[in-house]
Amino acid sequence: MQRNKTLNMDTVIVEESIKKKKKKPRYFEPQKPIPKSLYFKLTMSSFILLLGIWSLLTYTNIVDPLFLPTPTSIITSGITLFTQFNFINDIFVTCYRVFLGFGLALLIGIPLGIFMGTYKVVEAFFEPIISFVRYMPVSAFIPLFILWIGVGELEKVSVIFFGSVFSIVLMVAVEVSGVRRELLEAAYTLGSSNVGVLRSVILPASMPGILDAIRLVLGWAWSYIVVAELIATASGIGSVIIESQRMFRIGNIIFGILTIGMLGLLSDVILKSIGKKMFSWNYGR
Amino acid sequence: MELLVNVKDVKKVYGGNGKKPDVLAVDTINLKIMRNEFITILGPSGCGKSTLLRMIGGLEEQTEGTIYLQGGEIIGPSANRGMVFQAYSLFPWLNIEENIQYGLKIKGMDSKERKEITNRYIELVGLQGFEHHYPKQLSGGMQQRVAIARALANDPEILLLDEPFGALDNQTRLIMQELLLEIWEKTHKTILFITHDVEEAIFLGSRVITMTSRPGKIKADIPINLAYPRSYKIKTEKEFLVLKEQLTELIRGESLRAMELEIK
Repeated sequence: MQRNKTLNMDTVIVEESIKKKKKKPRYFEPQKPIPKSLYFKLTMSSFILLLGIWSLLTYTNIVDPLFLPTPTSIITSGITLFTQFNFINDIFVTCYRVFLGFGLALLIGIPLGIFMGTYKVVEAFFEPIISFVRYMPVSAFIPLFILWIGVGELEKVSVIFFGSVFSIVLMVAVEVSGVRRELLEAAYTLGSSNVGVLRSVILPASMPGILDAIRLVLGWAWSYIVVAELIATASGIGSVIIESQRMFRIGNIIFGILTIGMLGLLSDVILKSIGKKMFSWNYGR
Repeated sequence: MELLVNVKDVKKVYGGNGKKPDVLAVDTINLKIMRNEFITILGPSGCGKSTLLRMIGGLEEQTEGTIYLQGGEIIGPSANRGMVFQAYSLFPWLNIEENIQYGLKIKGMDSKERKEITNRYIELVGLQGFEHHYPKQLSGGMQQRVAIARALANDPEILLLDEPFGALDNQTRLIMQELLLEIWEKTHKTILFITHDVEEAIFLGSRVITMTSRPGKIKADIPINLAYPRSYKIKTEKEFLVLKEQLTELIRGESLRAMELEIK
């Protein structure tokens, strides 16, 4: 009887431990996937938490609204900006500068990067100097640009252009020179010429990587534009921000920052979806 | 028999850079490849067998000697020598059909003719229904079938295969060997095939050439007189096993020597 009882207890303990093993989730096993619903909940809760802390600090007046306004007053600031201060125009001006400067950077940077990644003679000539220039901060050049070309549109576009072009060149060159040797050799043994290999192998093979480089550098361009517009400018999101600082309209500053963030996110999402459509061969099975 | 490829006194030296001494990778190779032969080159790893194949393909330049194709000297790669690599040489942005048509387009063939040839070779390697798939969607074995079809569609004088089944699992490899042999029995395309696998070399080849470890020289040139069509069952027959034993002995000695060289 006694023995029987202990045996029973043992089985119970064993069963429990099995249950425990099955149930116990292992969220901290490195790189282990988690359920999609949990992923989504965690993502949402981080936003809610941020909004919650912000609301707590502002609605209760723990923080002076002069320094950090409430979420609702930020929204009202935004509405006033659009309805009374023609903020949409500032958005257009900023976008125009970014797209013009960045577009020119792509126009020069992509072909140069492709040639640098393909031909060692081009690489030897450009690579060292560009690697050096790239580390000079473009924001520090703004006073010089103003001195050389004034405070007009050209100066803003130049900041974007010079801020982006060197990185584009180098990143494209790395992408292009990383095309698998086997692909080139296969093309040659199928009868392709040197130019043919560049056109029909190197270009298509490096396109997805080039698009990734564009996405990355475009992100930086959005922050350069604000730096450029902070100085001596009458229009653009950056100028709205600096103007609002003078008037102590903190809500406007935060709304301006959020707008830039949204624009950056939007442009990235668009580029990413274009890439997925154009280079479907490169994604997944 | 017509002499197709003639390798004459070919040497390959990899240049050292001051600190490292020059390395003699391939030493005075003489080899005559006749039309319609299926030659397998068997050698221990690092013996220079791939280097020899790549020199015939024109992807590497020999330091000394000359290689002739139908009497003309080989300078650089060309469509008359098709090549299949160990893995991942399909163009991932082209679907299977477009991959096979790559060389045909360069030749300036019209689309109707291209389509005809593509269909023929897709059928030959048994990939009907996969014409519009992308390489990523295929298994390793299927990708190599496409690579073989792509090289064959170009109708080269000789097909050069550089351990094409080396990255495949064993079961797939055996099936691919049968497929390649079947293709050769049908087309009698001249084939030069590199491998380090004794069984593969005997099963496929009409002639097996063994190489010494570095510097790679030709050690033996053995005709394989096993009847065609060969089925996989031949691998357990006495004739086959005798050859296998003989070649294993030859290669084993060289592999041991190669390992000693590495240790030094």
